[in-house]
Amino acid sequence: MPWWTRARISARSSEVHETMDLTSTLLTGAGSWNPLPWVLGMVVAAIIAWLIYSMGEKGYKAGTAQAEPFISGNPEPEKGMVHVRAGNLYWGYLEALKGYYDRLVPLHTGDLHDYVLWYLGITALFLVLVVISA
Amino acid sequence: MIPSFIVENSPALMVIVPLVAAFITPFIGRISSGIRSLWVGGAMAVTSAITLILAFDVYSAGTRLYVFGARAASAAIPPDSGGIPIRIIFEVDPMSALMLVITAVSGFAIVLYSLSSERSHTGLESYYTLYLLMITGILGMVSTGDIFNFFVFLEILSLASAGLIAYRIDGGVAVEAALKYFVLSTIGALAILVAIGIYYGEYNALNMAMIAARMQFSLLDQVALVLIIAALAMKCGAVPMHFWTPDAYSMAPSSITALLVVASQASLYGLFRTVFSLYNVTLNAVTVGWLIIILGVLSMVVGVTMAIPQKNVKRLMAYHAVSQTGYMLLGVGVGLAVLGNQSLLDAFGYMAMEGGIFHIINHAMYKGLLFLTAGAIFLRIGTYNLNRMGGLGHSMKWTMVFFVIGALAIAGIPPFNGFASKLMIYESVFVFNPLLAVIAMVVSILTLASFVKVFHSIFMGPKLPEFADVKEAPMPMLLGMGILALVVVLFGLFPGIVVESLITPAAHALVDQGAYISAVLGGA
Repeated sequence: MPWWTRARISARSSEVHETMDLTSTLLTGAGSWNPLPWVLGMVVAAIIAWLIYSMGEKGYKAGTAQAEPFISGNPEPEKGMVHVRAGNLYWGYLEALKGYYDRLVPLHTGDLHDYVLWYLGITALFLVLVVISA
Repeated sequence: MIPSFIVENSPALMVIVPLVAAFITPFIGRISSGIRSLWVGGAMAVTSAITLILAFDVYSAGTRLYVFGARAASAAIPPDSGGIPIRIIFEVDPMSALMLVITAVSGFAIVLYSLSSERSHTGLESYYTLYLLMITGILGMVSTGDIFNFFVFLEILSLASAGLIAYRIDGGVAVEAALKYFVLSTIGALAILVAIGIYYGEYNALNMAMIAARMQFSLLDQVALVLIIAALAMKCGAVPMHFWTPDAYSMAPSSITALLVVASQASLYGLFRTVFSLYNVTLNAVTVGWLIIILGVLSMVVGVTMAIPQKNVKRLMAYHAVSQTGYMLLGVGVGLAVLGNQSLLDAFGYMAMEGGIFHIINHAMYKGLLFLTAGAIFLRIGTYNLNRMGGLGHSMKWTMVFFVIGALAIAGIPPFNGFASKLMIYESVFVFNPLLAVIAMVVSILTLASFVKVFHSIFMGPKLPEFADVKEAPMPMLLGMGILALVVVLFGLFPGIVVESLITPAAHALVDQGAYISAVLGGA
């Protein structure tokens, strides 16, 4: 390959690189972030996952007894009973922060009077702070 | 090519088109609902197109000045006015242009969605009239350079929003939510009106550039500043003045909730415009900056922790909207706190502001998307109660995909847009105060936890018998969601070009008070 072709390819790849930088790389002051390698990584992971999936059991037939859950011989409960509802999630988290929530939730009274009082109170507080610091 | 008449008059046209279309809509509706849909869709498409043309013009050619009642922008100050710009002036700089882009994209996506989601409801004449008035109010608020005109557009927006929050009535609950919003908005608007009166009494002007040029930061100016900051912080849902937000957001139709997010951000814009363009370095930047930071931190923490125990998906999302507003307040607050110190501003202040401003547009897209997915689910199963949902991923696959995109974006998961803006906030705020950055990161983790719960509750699990006949959302609704999802993905994949072309100019326009003033007083 003649040197001028190599030079043109090199210049072209530099342009492409600069374009990618311009469009994808986010400078954050302390560092940078480019999502394209991340996306590439996800594509590779998806391909690997698909390859593993494609090597799975060939005799599987959806909609037959094969697809039913095995619960130690017990009958499968109704579908509605199997699903874990939202109210049952994060119980531990809410218990751990009970003291916090016991104070925070009651502040949300739903009473318009309270809403107005909070607004006026914050306005008054800000006024004092801004005027004092001026 | 675009006719020069449209480009030259785009600031006026983008407000006039939805305003006139709004009042014609009830008459068109009497002909047929199909023609009304075409009319409203067409009006919003034209409005969005004009708005985007203006935004493009501003980003490519610089700040646009439009003087109502004058042939040219150079006539901003009439010769017999004593040097005061007495006409109403629209001053559209890159910060305003960014807000215009948000409104144009969201407004169009939401109207597409509404054409299908609201089809079975009555009173659609009022719905679309108020919808277009909301668009008018938002576009006017973010474009005007006249503070009294800002108040007028704020009122148009508040009245239309209150009407639409009450639209579904819902046994009076929606009306109650609208009443709360309306009372608080009115008190806030009154406070802003008092502040405007103070400026007018002191400086004999209503033009924001003129007031900024004459700003003394006297005691009265301090009072006016606080009145405006508190009112607009309340309007954008900052804690502890956020109480109306879950009520209003959860009771409004989902399409309107998505637009309320944009409306809240117009208030946030007003707050930022006031502190940077009206006051700038005349105010005690450290104090006011820290007040905004504290509002931001409270909003982030209280918003996300109140979201986690919610059972109503829209109330949950409303608290998340409060929480995300906190990030914007935090980022821009840090920029304000170091406004008087050029080296700190260059070191991390601009970056924090850019992160906060980038988060505004990102939030409008992904939060709008999430509310639209909630509306699609409600359309099909008739409830917002998470405890009654499950297994919908089997039948609403596209809605699930859009929800996942929105949820990952709001939680700040790469490569979606929320991650990019949050990363900018984390890194710059860390230099300012590491504790604030740690809090912001913990809030993101809690946001992810919350949306994992929502995702599991709505879409995972076996197909439930009561939802056996549930179908995917109609195509126009999917299109509306798809537009927002596309923006979320593209902004996440190409954050560099978005920040470079949209965000950095907006942040610099906000900080550069001199340019804002000289655009009017210099007759640019």
